[in-house]
Formats: sequence, C-alpha cells, structure tokens
Amino acid sequence: MPTFWLVVLLLALSALGFAMGRRRALASAGGNPRNLHSLPNYYGANVAMSTAVPALAILAIWLLVQPIVIENRVSALIPETSIPENTSLSLVMSDVRRLAEGLDEAVNQSFLTQKQSFALDSATSDIRSDLGAVGVALGSEVRPEVLEAAQSYRQLSSSGATLMTVVAVLSALVGFFLAYRNSDKEFRARNVVERGVMALLVLAASLAILTTVGIVLSMFFETMNFFGLHNWRDFFFGTTWAPNFRGDSELSILPLLWGTLYISAIALMVAVPVGLFAAIYLSEYAGSTVRAFAKPLLEILAGIPTIVYGLFALLTVGPLLLKLFGQGENGVFGLTWMSGATSVLTAGVVMGIMLIPFVSSLSDDIINAVPQALRDGSLGLGATKSETVRQVVLPAALPGIVGAILLAASRAIGETMIVVMGAGAIAKFSGNPFESMTTITTRIVSQLTGDTDFASPETLVAFALGLSLFVLTLGLNVLALYIVRKYREQYD
Amino acid sequence: MNTMNVMDRTLETKTTKIAARDVNVYYGDTHAIKDVNVKIEANTVTAFIGPSGCGKSTFLRCLNRMNDTIDICRVTGDILLDGEDIYDKRVDPVQLRAKVGMVFQKPNPFPKSIFDNVSYGPRIHGLARNKAELEEIVEKSLRRAAIWEEVKDRLDAPGTGLSGGQQQRLCIARAIATEPEVLLMDEPCSALDPIATAQVEELIDELRASYSVVIVTHSMQQAARVSQKTAFFHLGNLVEFGPTGQIFTNPEDPRTESYITGRIG
Amino acid sequence: MTDLSQSPTPVPAGQNSLLTLSDRTKKRNAAEKRFKIYGISAIAVGLLMLVVLVTTIVSRGTGAFQQSFITLKVELLEAKLDKKGNRNLEDIKKVTTFGYAPIVKAAMQQAVQDLGIETDLKSKQMAALLSKNAVAQLRAYVLENPEHIGTTVEFRFLAQSRVDGYLKGRVSRDSIENDKNISPQQLDLADELLAAGVLEKTFNLDFILGSDASDQRPEAAGMGVSMLGSLFMMLVVLALALPIGVAASIYLEEFAAKNWMTDIIEVNIANLAAVPSIVYGILGLAVFINYMHLPMSAPLVGGLVLTLMTLPTIIISTRASLKAVPPSIRDAALGVGASKMQAVFHHVLPLAAPGILTGTIIGLAQALGETAPLLLIGMVGFIASNAPESIADGLLAPNSAMPAQIYEWAKRADPAFYERAWGGIIILLVFLVTMNTVAVILRRRFERRW
Repeated sequence: MPTFWLVVLLLALSALGFAMGRRRALASAGGNPRNLHSLPNYYGANVAMSTAVPALAILAIWLLVQPIVIENRVSALIPETSIPENTSLSLVMSDVRRLAEGLDEAVNQSFLTQKQSFALDSATSDIRSDLGAVGVALGSEVRPEVLEAAQSYRQLSSSGATLMTVVAVLSALVGFFLAYRNSDKEFRARNVVERGVMALLVLAASLAILTTVGIVLSMFFETMNFFGLHNWRDFFFGTTWAPNFRGDSELSILPLLWGTLYISAIALMVAVPVGLFAAIYLSEYAGSTVRAFAKPLLEILAGIPTIVYGLFALLTVGPLLLKLFGQGENGVFGLTWMSGATSVLTAGVVMGIMLIPFVSSLSDDIINAVPQALRDGSLGLGATKSETVRQVVLPAALPGIVGAILLAASRAIGETMIVVMGAGAIAKFSGNPFESMTTITTRIVSQLTGDTDFASPETLVAFALGLSLFVLTLGLNVLALYIVRKYREQYD
Repeated sequence: MNTMNVMDRTLETKTTKIAARDVNVYYGDTHAIKDVNVKIEANTVTAFIGPSGCGKSTFLRCLNRMNDTIDICRVTGDILLDGEDIYDKRVDPVQLRAKVGMVFQKPNPFPKSIFDNVSYGPRIHGLARNKAELEEIVEKSLRRAAIWEEVKDRLDAPGTGLSGGQQQRLCIARAIATEPEVLLMDEPCSALDPIATAQVEELIDELRASYSVVIVTHSMQQAARVSQKTAFFHLGNLVEFGPTGQIFTNPEDPRTESYITGRIG
Repeated sequence: MTDLSQSPTPVPAGQNSLLTLSDRTKKRNAAEKRFKIYGISAIAVGLLMLVVLVTTIVSRGTGAFQQSFITLKVELLEAKLDKKGNRNLEDIKKVTTFGYAPIVKAAMQQAVQDLGIETDLKSKQMAALLSKNAVAQLRAYVLENPEHIGTTVEFRFLAQSRVDGYLKGRVSRDSIENDKNISPQQLDLADELLAAGVLEKTFNLDFILGSDASDQRPEAAGMGVSMLGSLFMMLVVLALALPIGVAASIYLEEFAAKNWMTDIIEVNIANLAAVPSIVYGILGLAVFINYMHLPMSAPLVGGLVLTLMTLPTIIISTRASLKAVPPSIRDAALGVGASKMQAVFHHVLPLAAPGILTGTIIGLAQALGETAPLLLIGMVGFIASNAPESIADGLLAPNSAMPAQIYEWAKRADPAFYERAWGGIIILLVFLVTMNTVAVILRRRFERRW
C-alpha cells in the first residue's frame, strides 16, 4: 500500500524536522533557552508541523479529488453508442473499474507483468477467464472499448499516484526548509505553532458539518440517480412495494412507512406508560436507596446492544406470542390469529422494552427540572402527592415530556436490528398487529446487502429510503431538541 | 353558609387557634427548634422574626406539616389546632393543610390560567357543587386578595404572566379559596418591590378579619406594621413572645433588644 | 379535573374534626395509593424485563461454551495417506479429505468393537456421529506432523451437532423423527459411547477462539475471528475518534466565539448523535466503498463508519468534562503568563482527562455493539475462516464483527446455531460490562467535585 508508506515517510521527515528545528533554535541562542522567544520544543514543533501538515493535507485532498477527475476523463472515452440498452454510463463505468482493478490484481499476483497487462487485446486473449484465475470475477465478456477505457483508467491512476507522491514530498521538503531556516531565537515560534494547532482544532470541529454534508450528499446523488430510473411519483405516492430484479419494480415508500409507523406506535405504547410512570415514581416517591438501585438497573436496558433485542424478538418473544395467539390446536388459547413468529407486535413489544429506559431517564430529568416551589404550592393547599403530580407537575413538564417522546419516536423509526429480525419482510397496509410487516430500515438492509448492482433502481431505492429516513428522523430530532431546550430555558 | 361561618368566627375573638407545647424539630442530627411553646390566636396577625437560620420558617412549616415532605425531618412535642393534635397518627396532612393554608416566599403560581390556579384548591377538596359555585368561590377569593379588579377580564390568561406582586396576591387568593382557618405566610414579600409589598401588607391586615394569620418576616418594620403579636426566634429558641408594641418598644430579653436595635442579625 | 362531579355533598373544611377522615379524603387517599402502585408496577415491569432478558441469555447461551467430543484412537495408515512412502509433503497434500474418511470410519468402528457395543449400524453411520469437521481436523494434523503416519494417534473429535444437542437436551428421539442427519439407533450408540466415556461434554475453548464454520458444521463455529474483527475496528475508532473528538470539543468549548457558525456546529452535533445508525452505514457504503474504493467487508471501513457514529457521543461527553473544570484554573494559568492554548493543554485537559476517558469508553462500548451499519458494508456472512496474519491484513482483509457474527448465526436455519448466537451474546456482553465497569470505576475514582 504505497500511500501508507508515503504517510510514514512524511511522518518520519516531520520527526526529523522536530529534532533539527529544536537544535538550530537552541544553537542560535547560544545553547541558553532563556534567550529564545519561545520554549525550544515550539521551534521543533514548528518545523514538524510545516513539514507534515501541508503535505498530509495535499495527500488527503488528492485522494478525494483524483477519482472524480479520472472518472470524468475516462467516461469521456466511452462513446454514447457503446452503452447497451437498459443500462447507463455508470454501469459501464463500474465494469471499467472492475476490469482495471482486476488487471492490477493480476499484476500484483505476478500473473501478468506490467507490460503484458497493458498489451492485452480483448480480441486475442480471454481476459475474463484469465482474471477469473486470480480471483476476480467479471460479469461479462470484455468489450474493446471497455478494455481501452480500463487501460486509460489504470494509466491515469498510476500516473496520478506518482504525481501525488512527488507533490506531497516536495511540499514537505519546502515546508521543512522554510521552517528550519526560520528557527532563530527571534522567531515567535509559539505563536505560529498555536495558530497551527488552532487551525487543526477548527478542522476537527468542522468534521461534524462535513459528516452531515457527506450523509446528505452521498444519499442525495444516488437518490437523484434513482429518480432518473424510476418515477418519483410511484416512490412517494404508489401503494405497492414489489421489487423485481428483472425490471418493472413497484417501489413505493408508503407501505414501508406504514409498517415503520405502526411498529413504532406499538413500541411507544409499551415504552411511554411504563417509562413515564417509572420516572414519576423514581423522582417523586422513591427514597434515595430505591433510586440508587432501580435507576442504574433500568439504564442497563438502554446499554444492551440492539442485536441482543433482535435475537430476543426472533427466538423468544416471537415464538412466545405465536404460542399465545397462534398455532390453533397446539397453542395456549387455540387461536389462529398469528401464523409466524415475526410480526408487528413482536418487533413493537421488544422495541418498547428497549425504549423504556430511554423514556424514563429523559422524563426523569425533565420532571426533576420542575421547580420544587410548584410542588410546595400544591401540597401546601392540601393536595395529595398524586394530585400534585397529575395536576401540577405533569402539566408543567408536558412540553419536555413531549420532546422526550418525540426523541423516542425518532429512535424507534430508525431502529434496524429489532425490525430486521422481528418484523418480517412483507410490505403491506394492514391494521392487524399479528401479521408480519416490513419497515424502511429493513428494506434498506435487504436492498443493500448481498450482490448489489448500483445501476439498478432496486438497489438505488435504498438511498432514497435512507434519505427519507434521515429527513424524517432529523425533523423529529430538531423539533424535539427545540422543545426540550425551550422547556429548560423556562425554568432556568 | 361560608359567610355565616366567617361571621361566627369574628365573634369568638382572641380564642387560641394553635397551641404549640414543647416542640422540638430535628433535621437529621441538627437540632433546629428547641422547646418552643407558643399560642397563636384567632383573628390576629402573628409575626415570627429573627435572624436567618433561627428556625422561624422551620417552625412555620411544622404548623401545617409541610416538613413531612422532607425525609430527615423529625418533630416532637404537641401542636394543637382547635385542641386537636395535628401530629396525631389519625390526622391526614392533606386534610390539615386544607385548614391551614400556606403562602410561600417566592410567588409560585402554577403554569395554568388564573382561574385554574384559584379553583385548584376547591376542586381537589370538593368545595363546589357545580361550575357556578366554583366561579363564585374564585371571584370571592380574588376579591378578598384584592386582585379581582386587575384580573377579572383575563381569568383565562396564564398566572405566570402576572407581575411579581400580582402573582403573590394570586397565590394568596389561591390559598384562601380552600377556606382555611389559619394562613401561614413564609416571607411573602421578600421577592417583591416596595409598592407590591405595600399592597400585600394592606391585604394581610384585611385578612385578619377572617383568618388567623402567621407571617414569617425578615423585616422588623414589616412585623411592626402588620402584626399584633410578635415572636422572636434566636438559634432555634423562642426568645420572646408578646404584643408587637411591647416587643418593639420594651423587650424583656436582652437578645431581643440587641436584634431590634440591629446588633445581631 | 373531574373531581367536581365526584362530590355531591361539599363539606366545608372547617367543620370536621381533624381526627376523623372525611369520605372524600379516604377516596383521595385510595387514588393516591393506586397511583403509587402504577409507579411501582412500572418499575417492576422494567426490572422484570431485565431479569427475563438476562436469564434468557444465560440459560440459552451457556451451552455454547460446552461441546461434545468423541475421543478415538486413529491409525494413520501409510497405505492411504502416503502411498509412495517418501513423506513428501506435496504428495501427502494430494490426499483430499475424502481420502481420510475411511480412516475415521475405521477408527470409529474399532472403538465400537473394542467397547463391545452391539449395533446394526454400518461404519459410515457410526462415523456420522462425528462432526463433518473431523476429517479436516485429521488432515490438518497429518500435514503438520507427517512423521506420525503409520502410527496410531489419539484424537478428540467434535461430535456432530445433533449428538451435541442430544447431550444438552435440545434434541430428543421425538424431535428427530424427520431428521435425516441422525437416527434413533445412532442416539442409542451415542448413549453407549457416553456410558463408556468415549463421548463426553467438556468446556469448548474453540467457541471463544475459533472461526465461524459453514452452516453444515455448527459444532465447529466460534467467535474468535470476529472478535479480532471487532478489535481492529475498535482500534480504528479509538485512533480516530478520540483525538478528533477531543480537538473538536476543545475548540467548541474553549476557543469558539459564540456566533452562528458555532451554533450550527452545535445543533449539528446534537442531531448527529440521534441519526439512525443505519444512515451511517449508507454513508460508509457510498463514500468509503463506492467512492473511495476501499475494500468491502474490511474492518478499516467498519472502523471509519463507527468513528463517524461515535464522534458526537465523545464530543458531547468531552465538552461536559471540559465545562466541569472551573474557570479559576484557567485564570490561574493565564495569570502566570501562560497563553490560552497552554492553559488549556497544560491544565484544563489533564483535569478533564478522566471524564474524557469515561466518555470515550462508553462511546466505544456503544460502537462495539452496533450491527446495522456493518451489514451494509458487507461485514456479515461467512467471511473469514482464519485469523488475520498481520496488522494490515487485520484492517483490510474481509472480516466480520461480534454482533454481525451473532446476526449471521441467528439467520441460519439449524437451531444449533441459535445456541451459539446466545453464547456469542454472552461474550459480547462480557466485553460491554467490562468496559462500562471500567468507565464507572474511572468516574468514581477520579471524579472531582469543584
């Protein structure tokens, strides 16, 4: 991995810079650090930073930009006419990339020499079987224009990598010498280093924004691709979810949204009463000992990974519910309401259990924020504790509790493992909680795992689903956080 | 019926409403109130004065068992309301507090409408048969608390939107809406500006006609202005108790004199 | 608020003695008691769920740590394994696992004969009590020790999963009616072997250290390799999320001016903390795999995705610990002439370190248990059969992770895998509990109250 060694080289250079810069500064002060403007280490750090930071930045940007440039140059090589029916440029490009990577792999495994790999001719040699021998499977026979594009792809990549190495090393050396020359006792090394550190801090903080932008963009472009291949009206307003890998799929979000909301509603019906009453008891009635035990114990439920709840739904709750409400003669009540272990109820109940501590600890905080003066006022009038809670504390805490429930709802909507394992895979509109239904997250997982073809609407729909999920949960979160924040300001 | 009741009470003047005998209060290991004996009369404003931390608020909160809400608080001795021990096991503090109302230091209206604030007490105690009666109680209480004219047009507005002085008078209206016999006030003016303080003090003087009022105050001037009887607390002891005029002009105990003249406090 | 209608005869408070409770008070106290019971039952429900969950995990998972083994004396016939007799490794390698099958069969038959057990079973059916792994195990041993060819060696073979299930009570004679993998006669034989001590159930280290096995051999599947996958992911998360998270928090808490830019960053971080984890998986798939062409299923990619997911958690907790350091410390440092940067790095940061560490461990624990994003970047399925050979291999070679491995087992049809899934959860939870305990101890031990 040459990039890895390049980074190591840059870091080594920068370490060397640290030692040399420090020594030169000390020498300029006659060996007495008191004559220096800054502490000796700052001079070293200055050289080290000037060496490594710009070079590493160039490296990072280069690695991000190079694929775009190459992609554009290479895709220009593919004539419009050579794109087969029913596919798109991006599909051909993924063939090109795969072929290029395959050839590189063949060279790596010494199956081909570098020279042979460039001299390949699709007419004379069977590239597909050659690459198969080194473990790279190609989807179809290699066409000449694809091979040509792949070769130019490899050419550009390798010359790009060379150029990147040269530029990065050059910039490191320039930074090294400039900073080294500056390492003099008059030089304000500390100020420069601190400004550099500051820039790094800002960079780290902006990564949060970058992540959001990354999330939105990565899903947005693929979603646009999806809408290029599939009618957006069907996605938003259709009523059927029936992916069909031979084409002609009906891909509507509505049945999935229905399943998602139904399961979330059941989860909240379990979690909100239990969580809220637990919070009320803990904050208004429980003594300090009960609180010290019950609160952390309940919070353990929140720390258990969702895969555990998923397994619990699949192997324990589902079969239990089936025994209660299904199996006819063999069941406990002889009912036939349920036909399989996966159902809306299974996933909803288990998700509800997961959300209990989430609701209870949020509500607990919020109830505790209600000023004691209000409770005193009510008790002083002769109200009982429960009257005080129901008629004074809860109404006062209502906005905060609504915020907490919205946060819990957003959690439920975005939860994946429990529904993947407990809800089933059938997309439909139904009010029967004993039937199995599917959710947005479940479909994202199933469309994006296994063999995926990023040129088919059946795969790309996952990005549109993901974007919808993101927008939905983001909206709920923003609203909830706003409500909670307003609520807290009220009593601060 | 209720007005009849009030008239009855005005007749029986100067009877003892609350009698405390050898009351001791402990907060965990701290001995907060030591052997306090005091008699609080009906239709009288009794002021508790004393330096901060002297126990006057603690003692006040014993009178309607608000201290019950604090786990580590323990009370010994007898406190009799109309001859009945309020710390008797059979007494439900909820019923007691309906008879002994309380107004707090900081105005604490509920985040509800003005009407709902005042009607809260009558509702939980079931004092009104129907909506009309409830409205009657609310109006009467607001009138007695001298705030009716200011809020009669906006009874649906939230109580928290009023000014500080109005809020405190609303809290007083809320307390008297349950028809208490005794009204406890814990520094009711300490969070108010001088004008609002004057309004509330005037109100306290009027309330004397119907209730026995106990007021804890920091301000000696306030005690002198509103009360007929004054009790001086110091380090958990009731140092002196007597007619307000006497306490302020001719105190018997040197500690009282030091406090009145500003040497301790 | 319906109290109005409940009181047909209003009683003025003043007329009753305090010592007798009015009917209304009794009614209100009953309501009070009911309300309190609701609260207690809510807590009881929550705690009950916890107990049910834990007992389910323990009762169904502990079996995975024990496995049934059959100990046999195997004669490594030279005629079958090394026909040329020259102990040339290349020649020995040419003998496939099929070549070893007769040897295993013979050994099994011999053992049954030696013990004097009478059975109608053919040797093939007898050998079916052994795991399909047995021949591979034997071959691996021979390739390792070719000099032992021609001698008799004692081997401990895994028993087939049905036999294992029979010993653990999961499989009974009724449940195998339609099972073509095992017959009642074979179970009879298993009983005899058990009585003779040839078949025994012992602790199975391979479950903890081994790799996953194909869905035909549940008895051979283990968590070890996926544990390494998780380990490499956590290394990536630690190496990236901690420095970036701390740097971002320092900037936001100590240096950032209060303006719209920092406001946006703050709102952003709060929201990122609540973005569903699967969205991070989509991000990872689109950016790291489709765009940057990093290898699919690599722990490096998993680590990057989990880093992005964990960052908000670490930033939020780090900021809280920085905020807890009182301003007087900063003032003191500035007062002796330190720069703001020096004050932060020399004084504030060390004081906040325990809190930062606690938050980081909790963030890591969260990342360790996360499954959904890993499914999208391909870290699921029967991927790695061997432990990675180097660090680069560990980061880049396809691997799974503990929770993804559990999911994979849960998906397989054979119930023998369910036991392993529960067992895997025990291992996962042991890690999580340890991490959280360390976090709690750190907090207790070093938490300062200013």
